This record gives sequence, structure tokens and C-alpha cells, in this order.
Amino acid sequence: MAMNPMEQFEVKPLVPLHIGGYDLSFTNQSLWMCIVVGAASIFLLYAGASRRLVPTRAQSMAELGYEFVANMIHSTAGDAGLKFFPFVFTIFMFVLLSNFFGLLPGSFTVTSQIAVTFALAAVVILTVILVGFLRHGIGFLKLFAPKAPWYLLVLLVPIEVISFLTRPISLSVRLFANMLAGHTMLKVFAGFVIALGATAITPKPYWSVLSIAPMFLIVAITTLELLVAFLQAYVFAILTCIYLSEALYLHDQH
Amino acid sequence: MDLASAKQIGAGLACVALVGAGIGIGNVFGSYLSGALRNPGAAASQTTNLFLGFALCEATGLFGLVIALIILFT
Repeated sequence: MAMNPMEQFEVKPLVPLHIGGYDLSFTNQSLWMCIVVGAASIFLLYAGASRRLVPTRAQSMAELGYEFVANMIHSTAGDAGLKFFPFVFTIFMFVLLSNFFGLLPGSFTVTSQIAVTFALAAVVILTVILVGFLRHGIGFLKLFAPKAPWYLLVLLVPIEVISFLTRPISLSVRLFANMLAGHTMLKVFAGFVIALGATAITPKPYWSVLSIAPMFLIVAITTLELLVAFLQAYVFAILTCIYLSEALYLHDQH
Repeated sequence: MDLASAKQIGAGLACVALVGAGIGIGNVFGSYLSGALRNPGAAASQTTNLFLGFALCEATGLFGLVIALIILFT
């Protein structure tokens, strides 16, 4: 009985495809990304199709998501940030649905792969840099030099540069590590249930009754994971907004 | 001690970084609650800062976890 809690994160090719020395296979990872994007698109198209004054259930769910993200952008990045609503909403929906679909039994968690989360974080940071330079020109570099006496700037500028450069790493690692740790924990506790339940065929079968305890724990942890799945999507989106607002307004208050 | 067992011990030690993250996250939410209970009117406006503090705090601990994973899988 080989139970490896990390087995669920294995990327397996479904349709092998090798072009010019590159492995471009269609993997279970690609399949679940397609499912997530398809589900989000179908849901939003279906919910957005009925533009009634008194919304249907699906429409009010979509409106809830819209207003949630719109309020989040408005409170952090102001009016100028609302131009980036499609960008932030797309990222939020993708991360949220990936996290939720990953909680289905037997599914694959797209966001538990550092390649996916780092690509998302890189897109965010490159957008921030692009917006900053387009809006402020070379003045965007003032972001790294807050108003301070020169002897403090000697210290502050390297700190600001390092903190800016670690953003894509922390943004991607946070999401990836949370998903990885949560799903590994679920599998480890599932292993406890099976290991305790398997004592039923040993000379001391009464121990197998104890397997109900980790079973209840799994239920509790799954609830916690639902919260984490939402919270990480929220944190990812709100940090995107905060980084965008820094690029839009530099250090000025708006 | 051979390299394989040293790797396992090193990965375990690297996870100690999560102790700091735990203390930090507890501190962030504890301070937020004590502030929010004293001045509930200002609580809603500070949720953004709350999650920002939580996220930054968690990230520092997770760097330790990443180092553990790098040790184990390289």
C-alpha cells in the first residue's frame, strides 16, 4: 500500500506531443486549466446573458463577484484603477476557480504548480512595470526613492529595490505553497484513516474504531481549505490591486 | 552521516521558519481584533491593511518552506 501524499501533484501527459525537442504534451495540468477557464466562461456568459432588473440566481452570483472585485479595486487603486478591472477580475476568477476545482476529489489543483503561479505573478509584475513607465516615464523610478534625507536613502533605496524584486516570488510562492501544503495535509490525514481502518484485519481489530477521528478531522480541514482557497484568491487579487495603485500613484496618497 | 539523511534533517530545520510566520500571523490578527473592538467604526476600512499584513507575514515563513522543498527535491 504505497501512499505518497505528493503523488496528486504529478503532471502526467495525456496526449504526448514533442516538437523540436520541446515537450508540448497535453497534460492533466492543461486539461484542468481548460476546465477551469471553460467553467468560468460558461458561468459568466450564462449569468450575464439574462440582464433582468430582478436578477436570477446565477445573475446575482455573477453580480456579487463583479461588485466584490470592483469595490476591492476602487478601495485600493481608486478611479484610475478601475481601468484594470478586466485584468484583476480575470486573475481573481481563474485563481478562485482553480482553487475550488482542486478541492474536488480526484481532480488536479492547477495552482499547486509553481510554473502556473509564477507565470501569473510575472504577468502581474510586468503589467505593473509597464503601467508605471507608461504613466510616469522615467519618473517611475521615484518609487524606489521615498522622501527622506540622503543618508537614509543610501539604506532605503536598496531595501525598496529588493522588496520590489521579491514581489513576484512572494506572490507566486504564497499561492503555490498554500495549495501544496493544504492538499498534502488532506492526503496525510486520509492516509491515517486507511492505516487505522486497516487494523480491522489484525489481531487487535478494536483499534479500527479510532479511524473515525481523523475522518472528522478531514471534514474540518476541508472546510478550512475552502476558506484558504477563497482567501488566497482574494489576497492574490488585492495584492495585484495594491501593486497597480503604487504604479499609478507612486507614493502619493490618492 | 550520509548526504540523504543530512538532507532530511536540513529540510526539517528549514521548516522552522514557519514558527515565525505563525507568531506573525497571530500577531497581525490579534492586533487587528484588539484595535477593531476598541474602534469598530474604523475596522472595516482597515481590512485591506489586515490582509496585506497577513500576506506579507505569511510570505516570509513560506520562503523557509520553499527552501525545504528545494533541499528535498534537488
